[in-house]
Amino acid sequence: MADTAHENYAQKTDTLFGADELVINMGPQHPSTHGVLRVKLKLDGERVVGSECVIGYLHRGVEKIAENRTYQQFAPYVDRMDYVAAVSNGLGYCEAVEKLLVVEAPARARVIRTILTELQRIASHLLWLGTHALDIGALTPLFYCMREREEILKIFEKYCGARLTTHAFRIGGLQYEAYDTLERDVERFCKDFERRIQQYSDLLTGNSIWIGRTRNVGLLNSADCIALGVSGPVLRASGVKWDLRKAMPYAAYDKYKFEIPVGTNGDTYDRYMVRIEEMRQSRLICLQAIENIPAGPIMARVGKVLKPPVGEVYHAIEGPKGILGYYIVSDGTTQPYRVRIRPPSFINLQALDRMIRGHLVTDVVAIIGTLDIVLGEVDR
Amino acid sequence: MADESKAPQSPESSKPEVSGSSPSPSAAAASPSVPAKPVAPAPLQVPLDNELSRRYRERFGPAILDALEDRKQPILIVDATQILEIARYSHDEEKFDLLEDYTAVDWPRREKRFDLVAQLYSFTHNERLRLKIPLGAAQPPPSLVPIWPIANWLEREIYDLFGIAFHGHPNLKRILLPDEWQGHPLRKDYDILQQDTAWVRENLGIESGQ
Repeated sequence: MADTAHENYAQKTDTLFGADELVINMGPQHPSTHGVLRVKLKLDGERVVGSECVIGYLHRGVEKIAENRTYQQFAPYVDRMDYVAAVSNGLGYCEAVEKLLVVEAPARARVIRTILTELQRIASHLLWLGTHALDIGALTPLFYCMREREEILKIFEKYCGARLTTHAFRIGGLQYEAYDTLERDVERFCKDFERRIQQYSDLLTGNSIWIGRTRNVGLLNSADCIALGVSGPVLRASGVKWDLRKAMPYAAYDKYKFEIPVGTNGDTYDRYMVRIEEMRQSRLICLQAIENIPAGPIMARVGKVLKPPVGEVYHAIEGPKGILGYYIVSDGTTQPYRVRIRPPSFINLQALDRMIRGHLVTDVVAIIGTLDIVLGEVDR
Repeated sequence: MADESKAPQSPESSKPEVSGSSPSPSAAAASPSVPAKPVAPAPLQVPLDNELSRRYRERFGPAILDALEDRKQPILIVDATQILEIARYSHDEEKFDLLEDYTAVDWPRREKRFDLVAQLYSFTHNERLRLKIPLGAAQPPPSLVPIWPIANWLEREIYDLFGIAFHGHPNLKRILLPDEWQGHPLRKDYDILQQDTAWVRENLGIESGQ
C-alpha cells in the first residue's frame, strides 16, 4: 500500500545488519494520520531514524481569503480550520476582533460562550480519545466517545442549528439567545458524563496493553516543548503547569474554579491522562457556569458595518489543542489588512520528528495520535 | 434608556461635553451614563515607556526604532540588522522563552516592504512582547532557528507565502504550497484569483483550479 522507495544514503555505516535504510511514505492516504498528512519515514529495519512531514494538501489560503472578506464574513471560515473544535476557533476570532474594535462582549454572552467552548473542548477530546485508542487497537472506546460527543453536538444543534461548523458566536457577543432548556441539557450531560469518563478510564487507564503501547512512547520534555512552541495538553503532560485560561483569562474563565492537570513524564500515557482530567475539569467549569448565567443583553453595541480603528492586535486562547492565536492588522477599512492565525496543530506537529526518532513504526501511529492534530488547521 | 437618565444629571450634562474635547479620565468615567454623547476616545496607540522598553533602549540604542503600545499590547519596532542580537537578548536575559508566533505583513507601498512580526511570550513573567522588524524586499533576514527552534516551520511558512528568504535556515523550502509553485500568495500584489496555472495544468490535468 505504502509507496516505498530506496534512496542512496552516503552514510550507511551503523545500520542494523548493514542493510540499506528504507524510506517509506506514511500517508497522505493513511487511516491513522487523521487526514492527509504525509510522513516520510527513514527506517532502519522497524526503527525510525529520521522523518519529514509533508503537509499542505488541505491548504485553502484561509489567511488570503480573510483579506478579501469583511470581518463578519470571515467568521465562518475560521470554523473550517479545526473543524472538530469550531466553537473554540470562533471564540478566538470574535474576541480578537472585539479587542481590535475596543468593545467587550456583555457578561451574559461571555458566560454562554464559556459553556459552549468548554463543551467543545470535551467534544474535541472525546473524538481524540476515540480515534487515538482505535489507532492503538482499542476499538470499544470509540463507540462510547462518539455517543457522548453526539450529546454535545445535539446541544450545539439546538443552540445554533449546526453541529460541526457552528459559527456559534458573533463579533460583539452572540446572535442567538440561549434556548430555554440549555442549562438543563448541559446539566444533564455533565451529570451523566462523570460516570462516562470513569468508563473510558476503566477501559484504558489500568489496561496493561494500553500502558505497554503508551508509556515512554514519544517522550518530549518541558524544555523541548517550549523550544518547539508545543502547547496545550502536550505541554502540560511534560510537567508545565500552564494554561492560557489561567495565565491570561478571557471570556468568563476568571470566575470559575478549575485545576490545570499536569503530567510528569511527558509521554503518550501522560498526555492521555492529562486530556482525561481536562475533560473532568471542563465538566466542572460547565456546571459552575450554568448555575449563574447573568441576565442582560447578549450583544455589545457594534455597528452593522465594522471598521476597526487602524492598528493591530494579537489575541490567543487555549484551544483544545493548544495556543490558538489571532494576529489581526486593521487599516481602518471593513476588511482586515492581514489576519494571521497561529495554529496549534501546525506548531505541535513540528515536534513529531523529535518524538518518533528511535521508535518503531507502530509507535509512529500512537505518536501522531497523541499530538491530536487536525489537518484542516495544519494546512489552513 | 432616555427615561432612565436621571433629572438631577441634566444640569451637569454640559460638563462631559466641555471636557469631551480633551480626553481626560473623568470624561471617560462619565461617558457610560450619557450614551448619546460620544466622548473622544483615548488614543489606541501610545508611546511605550516602561521598564522593559527602557532596558531594550539602553542595551540597543538606535536599533530600537520605536516602542509603542497598541490596545495595551507592547510593541518594539527594531532594526533588521540587529535581529539576532535582540532575539538572543530577549530569549536569554528577558526570559521570553516562547516564540509564540512569527509571521509577516506586506506593505507594498512602503520603502521597506515587509514587517516581520514576532510574538514573544515569557513564562517567567507571564507577559507578551511583539517585535516588529521592517524589512526591505532584497534584505534576507537571519534565521531565528538557533534561538527558538519553533521558528523552523514558521520561517518556512513565511518564505512560502511571502517569499522572504531567511539566511542560515536549515531547510528553507516551501511548506504549504507545492515545491514547484511560482509566486507568493500572501503578497498584496498576488490577486486572490491568481494561481500558478502552469502548475495546475501540469499536475492536476485541468485548465484552472477556480
